[in-house]
Amino acid sequence: MSKIGVFICHCGENISATVDCQRVAEEALKIEEVEYAIDYKYMCSDPGQTLIKQAIKEKGLDGVVVAACSPRMHEPTFRRACSEAGLNPYLCEIANIREHCSWVHEKGDATTQKAVDIVKSLVAKVKYNKPLTPIEVPVTKKALVIGGGIAGIQASLDIANCGHKVILVEKEPSIGGHMSQLSETFPTLDCSQCILTPRMVEVAQHPNITLYTYAEVEHLEGFIGNFKASIRLKAKSIDEKLCTGCGLCTTKCPNKKISSEFNAGLGLRTAIYVPFPQAVPNKPVIDKEHCTYYQKGKCRLCEKTCPTGAISFDQEDRIITEEIGAVVVTTGFDVLKPNYFPEYGFGKYKDVITGLQFERLASASGPTLGEIRRPSDGAIPKKIVFIACAGSRDPAKGIHYCSKICCMYTAKHAMLYQHKVHGGESYVFYMDIRAAGKNYDEFVRRAIEEDGVNYIRGRVARVYEKEGKLIVKGVDTLLGATPVEIEADMVVLATASVANKGAEELAQKLHISYDPYKFFAEAHPKLKPVETNTAGIYLAGACQAPKDIPETVGMASGAAVKVAALFSQKDLVREPLVAVVNRTTPPLFSTCVGCFMCQTACPYHAIEAEEIKDRNGNVLKTVAKVNPGLCQGCGTCVAFCRSKSIDIQGYSNEQVYAEVAALLND
Amino acid sequence: MIKLEVIMDDNKIEFEPRIVAFVCNWCTYAGADLTGTSRLKYASNVKIVRFPCTGRIDFMLILKAFANGADGIIVSGCHPNDCHYTSGNFHARRRWIVFRNLLNFLGIDIARIRYSWVSAAEGAKWADLVNNTVADIRELGPYTEYQKVANYMEEHHD
Repeated sequence: MSKIGVFICHCGENISATVDCQRVAEEALKIEEVEYAIDYKYMCSDPGQTLIKQAIKEKGLDGVVVAACSPRMHEPTFRRACSEAGLNPYLCEIANIREHCSWVHEKGDATTQKAVDIVKSLVAKVKYNKPLTPIEVPVTKKALVIGGGIAGIQASLDIANCGHKVILVEKEPSIGGHMSQLSETFPTLDCSQCILTPRMVEVAQHPNITLYTYAEVEHLEGFIGNFKASIRLKAKSIDEKLCTGCGLCTTKCPNKKISSEFNAGLGLRTAIYVPFPQAVPNKPVIDKEHCTYYQKGKCRLCEKTCPTGAISFDQEDRIITEEIGAVVVTTGFDVLKPNYFPEYGFGKYKDVITGLQFERLASASGPTLGEIRRPSDGAIPKKIVFIACAGSRDPAKGIHYCSKICCMYTAKHAMLYQHKVHGGESYVFYMDIRAAGKNYDEFVRRAIEEDGVNYIRGRVARVYEKEGKLIVKGVDTLLGATPVEIEADMVVLATASVANKGAEELAQKLHISYDPYKFFAEAHPKLKPVETNTAGIYLAGACQAPKDIPETVGMASGAAVKVAALFSQKDLVREPLVAVVNRTTPPLFSTCVGCFMCQTACPYHAIEAEEIKDRNGNVLKTVAKVNPGLCQGCGTCVAFCRSKSIDIQGYSNEQVYAEVAALLND
Repeated sequence: MIKLEVIMDDNKIEFEPRIVAFVCNWCTYAGADLTGTSRLKYASNVKIVRFPCTGRIDFMLILKAFANGADGIIVSGCHPNDCHYTSGNFHARRRWIVFRNLLNFLGIDIARIRYSWVSAAEGAKWADLVNNTVADIRELGPYTEYQKVANYMEEHHD
């Protein structure tokens, strides 16, 4: 037999103007099991809360219904008040008679009757409420950051500076990512490496950061605060303790004609190589695919050259396991493979290049040492055409989205070209100029007005070669769709940003979701941009969607704060409104039959299989079990369960059936 | 059946339908809160039951509501792709598609169930949804058939 207290708030006149609160209290008292009912002007005020607390103590209430404003407003307030009076806060329910009743109906009996019905339904529900305790999950205060581009670097530094341990995993031999490949950055034209490399060094030297380069995450299991990651450390064939990074080996390697990834295919590297001079760690790795020794069994020139004996050919991949509490995914993006553009002749004509390749040409550390020279013959192009939206916003290429950064970097490229090639002519074909950002539009205006870049609004239909020139055939839509033909020396395609290769597999390893373009999905497009749907895994940078550097850095710091907030608590405390699979006495153990429909319904991978064993370890039954660390309490599994074995605390079948019945029965 | 129609015709004008709305906490409940905050008026026949997600709304609840004498039911949650829990509303939608055919097959009047999406910003849409549903159900008249079956089952269940 319950003793329920009902407290009806007037909310000044917000409720009492249309609802007869006194009558609601009288009607409430008539309900069986309601021990006490009272109305008061402001229930959320101090005296109002005191009223509730006193009643709980004096009347020995074991359930409370507060009829007031929306639970989205004051549920925490009243639950806290109950808790202070010694009543489990989850035995308190809110009847919303303001937003859903007094404010939306005219004064009258029907409105008061509706308020009474709402109160009745929640009294019926609260009878079945169970005392719950918040779930406490221990947290391993160490973060895993996947990807060592600017996002990963920023997130790692921010987390490490909060005093927490970080493991940074990068699949390439050096951290730095795409940002290290850039020449200058918009809208200030400051050198990308000049601002990036100090941070890379900081990462390497930070006492809280463990850096694993040439490594990849193999497997991740567990849940928020308690993940376990297996990381594959690919064999570098170098003993890093002995290597001093002198670079002698790279000068002796006979295999010198390997296309350099760092130079986006425009330069060459050796089989034993450091990707770029400022690499962190600045120690070489051997590319087994191209190494003469690994391929043919002979050579070992580097071994003979190395003054410290650091070359170690028999090194093998190692897999290490790390326990971590949170993951930040910062795996970045890739540029659309140019074979998408047969009409622009990419691959056919050497002088049709991508924006990323142009970055390398313009970079002082690039293959031309910063001079704009075309790849075919090294001549300085007198006329250059930039084609924006190469792939982006083009349903025909399967890419509907805007790559966001191309308008800005194309303006920058054209500007750099004008600065470096005096008297050169540059043309930009564009669809729209999207330069939203601080000082961004001014930057584009500067390219057009001060540097004299010719902007043509229209698409390019075709690029073909004729007498040593690249003929760019397009249209100028601002001149009434006039056909335009430009005889160019070089063409630069602002190719679309796409998800990184392997993004899908990584998402599946981490149990995070991704969109149709394989960009990782955030938990909420507006209010949870750095969280994923898997608690404890966060996103930063262009792995979520195309992004520029400032946005990426901001997002990385945002993700770092989420991690730091998680690590700042002793234990992770969560609302206990989670699903539970029932357990009964043997030989049934649970009404669950182990069909695992719930597992297919759960968007959070929170449902595990539990084997019930006898003393000898024989499996008697396999049933579902909810991991309260992962469950977010949506209850989809409850509706799926065919044997009604899984139920959700706070919205259990008992509770809601009682609520519905009371709402309808007079 | 014939008897019911007679009652319907006699009481049509007086008839105030009893409607329950099963809504999710994040979109429609908040949307209905916004209707209140905006002081938009609507019919008082609809009473709201809060759920974490439309994915939680089991079809048993719909049957229970009819068994307890509901004349109409509204189920409403977040718009597709806006679900707080990613995919609960898709599960709800799929369940409804299957369940609708089943109910229809069993002879239950599916015109009495209204599925909708109301976001937290659509206070006015919630008021319209309620008013339209009340008008439609009023047109259909009281729904006592299922309740009778349920009562019969209850009495003869042992």
